[in-house]
Amino acid sequence: MRSYLSRDQLLARLRAEVPELSPREVHERMQRDPSLTVIDIREEEEWLQGHVPGARHISRSFLELQIEFIQPDRQAPIVLYCAGGTRSLLAAHNLHELGYENVISMRTGFSGWVNAGLPFKVPRALRPDQRERYARHLILPELGEEGQLRLLDARVLIVGAGGLGSPAALYLAAAGVGVIGIVDYDNVDRTNLQRQILHGESTVGVPKVESAIQRLKDLNPDVEVIGYRQPLTAANAFDILRGYDVVLNGSDNFPTRYLVNDACHLLGIPLVDASIFMFEGQVTVYQPADPARAIEGGPCYRCLYPDPPPPGEVPSCAEAGVLGVLPGIIGSIQAVEAIKLITRIGRPLVGRLLMYDALEQSFRTLHVRRDPACPLCGEHPTITELIDYEQFCGVAALPTPTAAISMPLPVAPQTVAR
Amino acid sequence: MSTVFIPTTLRRLTGNQSRLSIEGATVGEILAALDRSYPGFGERLFDSNGQVKRFINIFVNEEEIRTLQGLATPVRPDDTISIVPAMAGGV
Repeated sequence: MRSYLSRDQLLARLRAEVPELSPREVHERMQRDPSLTVIDIREEEEWLQGHVPGARHISRSFLELQIEFIQPDRQAPIVLYCAGGTRSLLAAHNLHELGYENVISMRTGFSGWVNAGLPFKVPRALRPDQRERYARHLILPELGEEGQLRLLDARVLIVGAGGLGSPAALYLAAAGVGVIGIVDYDNVDRTNLQRQILHGESTVGVPKVESAIQRLKDLNPDVEVIGYRQPLTAANAFDILRGYDVVLNGSDNFPTRYLVNDACHLLGIPLVDASIFMFEGQVTVYQPADPARAIEGGPCYRCLYPDPPPPGEVPSCAEAGVLGVLPGIIGSIQAVEAIKLITRIGRPLVGRLLMYDALEQSFRTLHVRRDPACPLCGEHPTITELIDYEQFCGVAALPTPTAAISMPLPVAPQTVAR
Repeated sequence: MSTVFIPTTLRRLTGNQSRLSIEGATVGEILAALDRSYPGFGERLFDSNGQVKRFINIFVNEEEIRTLQGLATPVRPDDTISIVPAMAGGV
């Protein structure tokens, strides 16, 4: 007859096999080694009521399936805890079967931690409807609840509600970015609809920022959309950009590109830059140095293109055309980079220029380096405030001045609150 | 022969070809050969001093030639050269 164990016998055997530490010992070890992997294996609802600061959460039912995303090294020490110290013993045994050699169970679990008077953290929780809406994000170990909360707290400014700005705004709104600012002075016209998927037949003739607000609010009422129906200029750029965490550039002219680059650098805001032409696109991230967050920083637009082309030398999309899907791809890549910057996951496209060719169907990545002689971000900067960009580029940022542009602008941006 | 990627903005000069195979020992030699085969190309690349215009970057494989040896950067037959001009389009 097959031998069996009672619950108590199994636990006694595991206690003999699995090393245990008291909450106080775990706490001391975490202080000594902040990179120690501590995993809370309780259910989601238990985690949300409070957990050990610095711990990661994987429900026990997903532990074997997800552990490698958090700690692939089989020799690394891993501390598991549950509510009382029993489930973590069983879970330690499961990890041992995967080859993890240094798994520790925290004796008495989270209740022991709290009773010992150790600090714990009650995470901000998502509402049930948010939990449903962002379910596919929440199960990604790289994002999870923490990443989603970062997105909900984030503010992203999109310059231009056009070809690039449309897909970027849609995906960022869908992802739950808390505040999306959109700068565009233009109205929707029918030639936009071949690629500017924010807008539709029903909003032809309507200001693009209004059309964008309508569409984005419908997609995700969680998102606050702020429209700036005005051209971005050296006079208003700081006021508009200040306070945003990330800026996406989807403008269509060189003066605005240099302006956005300079303003972002001077304000210390990472800029996800992209441009498109016919069948080809370029994307990169200009990340100013941020010593407080140990971010070294990369090149800026002026490192890559110190001077603008003379007027007329590079044709515009209006003159040469653009495949409608192209900005869909490039603007979506901008959204990916913005999400990575906000949630601090992956490797941002800093110091790398991604080139996409739709006809070749190829992606290539080129290295871009910081120029020590860059007048903006180099060793001896000469550009320390915004300049006259139309003069710098020898061209007007606004191709055809219209009545709408010269009209006095509303003092407050149009805002649709949550 | 090295492979040269031609940007969309300059393809009208190469009969819409997006990549060309060109012989040369340095970047400068290859770009000069490109100009001989496709007249007018050099004018779009170089300023009056014979330097690459400042809104155009030339890469050998993944590295920009200003960080290498400029136009004198040696090129092997299996290298790829990318010409990357500034583009403003976004809408």
